[in-house]
Amino acid sequence: MILLPDVANPLFWVVTTPLLGACGLVLIPHWRIAAIANVGVAVLTLIAALFLLADRPEPTRLLFVDDFNITLVILTAFVGATTALFSAAYISREANSQRLGPIHLRFYHAMYQAFLFTMLLALTANNTGVMWVSIEMATLTTVLMVSLYKTPAAIAAAWKYFILCSVGIGLALFGTVLVYLAAQPVMGEGPDAMAWSLLNGRAAEFHPDLLNLAFVFVLVGYGTKVGLAPLHSWLPDAHAEGPTPISAVLSGLLLNVALYALLRFKMLIAANGHALAPGPMMVTMGLLSLFLAAFMLYRRGDVKRMFAYSSIEHMGVITFAFGMGGALANFAGLLHMAMHSLTKSAIFFAVGIITQNAGTNRISRIRGLTEKTPFLGWAFVLAVLAIAGLPPMGVFMSEFLVITSTFARQPLLAIPLALGLLLAFGALIGRLQVMAFGTPSEDKGHPSPSRRATLAAYAPLVAHMTLVVIAGLYLPSALVAWFQAVAEMLG
Amino acid sequence: MSQTLSYDVAHLIGAIVLMAGFTLLYQRRVFAVLNTFAFQAFALAAAAAWQAHVQNAPHLWATAAIALIFKAILVPLALHWLVEKLGIHRAVEPALSIAWTMIVGVALVGLSILLVLPVTANAAALTRESLALAMSVVLLGLLMMITRHNAVTQVVGFMALENGLILAAVSAKGMPLVVEISIAFSVLVAMTLFGIFFFRIRERFDTLDVNSLETWRGEGH
Repeated sequence: MILLPDVANPLFWVVTTPLLGACGLVLIPHWRIAAIANVGVAVLTLIAALFLLADRPEPTRLLFVDDFNITLVILTAFVGATTALFSAAYISREANSQRLGPIHLRFYHAMYQAFLFTMLLALTANNTGVMWVSIEMATLTTVLMVSLYKTPAAIAAAWKYFILCSVGIGLALFGTVLVYLAAQPVMGEGPDAMAWSLLNGRAAEFHPDLLNLAFVFVLVGYGTKVGLAPLHSWLPDAHAEGPTPISAVLSGLLLNVALYALLRFKMLIAANGHALAPGPMMVTMGLLSLFLAAFMLYRRGDVKRMFAYSSIEHMGVITFAFGMGGALANFAGLLHMAMHSLTKSAIFFAVGIITQNAGTNRISRIRGLTEKTPFLGWAFVLAVLAIAGLPPMGVFMSEFLVITSTFARQPLLAIPLALGLLLAFGALIGRLQVMAFGTPSEDKGHPSPSRRATLAAYAPLVAHMTLVVIAGLYLPSALVAWFQAVAEMLG
Repeated sequence: MSQTLSYDVAHLIGAIVLMAGFTLLYQRRVFAVLNTFAFQAFALAAAAAWQAHVQNAPHLWATAAIALIFKAILVPLALHWLVEKLGIHRAVEPALSIAWTMIVGVALVGLSILLVLPVTANAAALTRESLALAMSVVLLGLLMMITRHNAVTQVVGFMALENGLILAAVSAKGMPLVVEISIAFSVLVAMTLFGIFFFRIRERFDTLDVNSLETWRGEGH
């Protein structure tokens, strides 16, 4: 039924490299070699993804790439590679401090690649069912990694994540079946009625009511995985209790993948024309998430949990932007997806080093970072300022676009949006001041890392922040063209 | 075979799955919940087998076999063993009284019929009613997950929800990947069982009451 794509297709390698890597990493007994191999596989995946820039393959039964997913595929492969490098440094300190045993580390590396595989498959799948199965597998692999430390808190977080997201993807499957039923009278029975590359062209002929019902299920289902309020409660716990490299990929990549799935369905609705406008639902959920997260930011005592709430906030802003619709708001949403992903993973890199130094996640016990570790401290300050939305970084630009495009069309909606962003800004800056300045706190963490490990931990942070600053000043024209094309399709 | 007969049998089996979903809602004892679930999975296997026969789709036989062997036999047995082992066969207090649960359940079935029938007006009759039944089963499973606070019954609620999804997938004529989807779900369920077993073996929690997990939210440490 599913034809294997030919080996000359770069997409085939984008997906199979991490899969083979996962299989290979299970066999490597020593964590040091496994950590390096993990970086190697992730870099190979990135190279395969970059080939897509040169030659865009024709859609096959299983995989396809277009303007929309090409940016997300490259972004995922890039963040996957930089996080693998950070993870090598992080893991070496964890292993030296005996927090994780050799079996756990072996399992961790295999799962890391399996997770990348499922995300890339979900992004490139040319079939609604395959996309669903890969998002389900992504949930499974991350549940296993969140529970890696086996502390009561980690297991509780993993359990909550598991139950909530299982229900979410269950509902998303029901939506997927409904979309198939809507497409089946037009496209005929079989895999054609589930292929994204074919569905988009003929969506206008689908039964609009069935699409509406399907979209409600898909929004609630995949919305749970995006972390939209009121179904967000798994997200802070899962981010806080797992290893920090996993928090970085969860926030930076998995939320985007779930949102991508949601947007693909929104494209069908937009192409249909007769279906109800999904805008109001998405705007409401977006604003709700933004406000909830902005208020929750004030009460956090745990640094990883705080930035997890910040992810909910930004996912809310992005969903709001797509809910508003129109070329400019959609463009802003796409840009914000990319900027948030780069900045948030950079923050988690910094937080990973900081918490390992301090030996705690408590904000109250982390002080004077700019004095103790000036380079790390200032990089952290820059990253937090970026995520709070200060110019000239990329996040400022996308948030500015969201606000101005909203103001031009629905001025009343721009007020709560700006208010929510300001609230979150205040909370983040308040916490940042405490952590970055003041009398340095005493470090009770792991033994200080080797020079090489320090370098490996800092390099991804620097790379991400450089990109975010550059994007704030200048965007490559190819990127702008893709985003504009996709913004049109999103309606 | 006449068309009407094939529809009637499909609807009869679908209705049995739905009735089992209702029965799950008012069971107070854990073992009774498990037995009812096994019955529902058995009915689902029959539904998948009937669709395989009617649609002439051999891959649905695989779905039927998974439902029969894994869900109707292996999972209930494993859960029986777990419940014995963990000593949690006392009655489970639902969060909502049985009477209210049933009223909400009836309302949910009404809601699914009102939602599904108008929007599928020009779809094949076979799909139409089956979809309404499947959506009811999904919503009842969700209701069960919300009203039960014990991890085992919550997992049964999830599997009941999933039974509804598989029912929808097998009734959608010619839908590909149904087998892959049921395998993916089976892996999910197997993981959950392993998870319950694992937590307890390590004696991390005194009870499997999901509320007790709430204390570990991590805000206090």
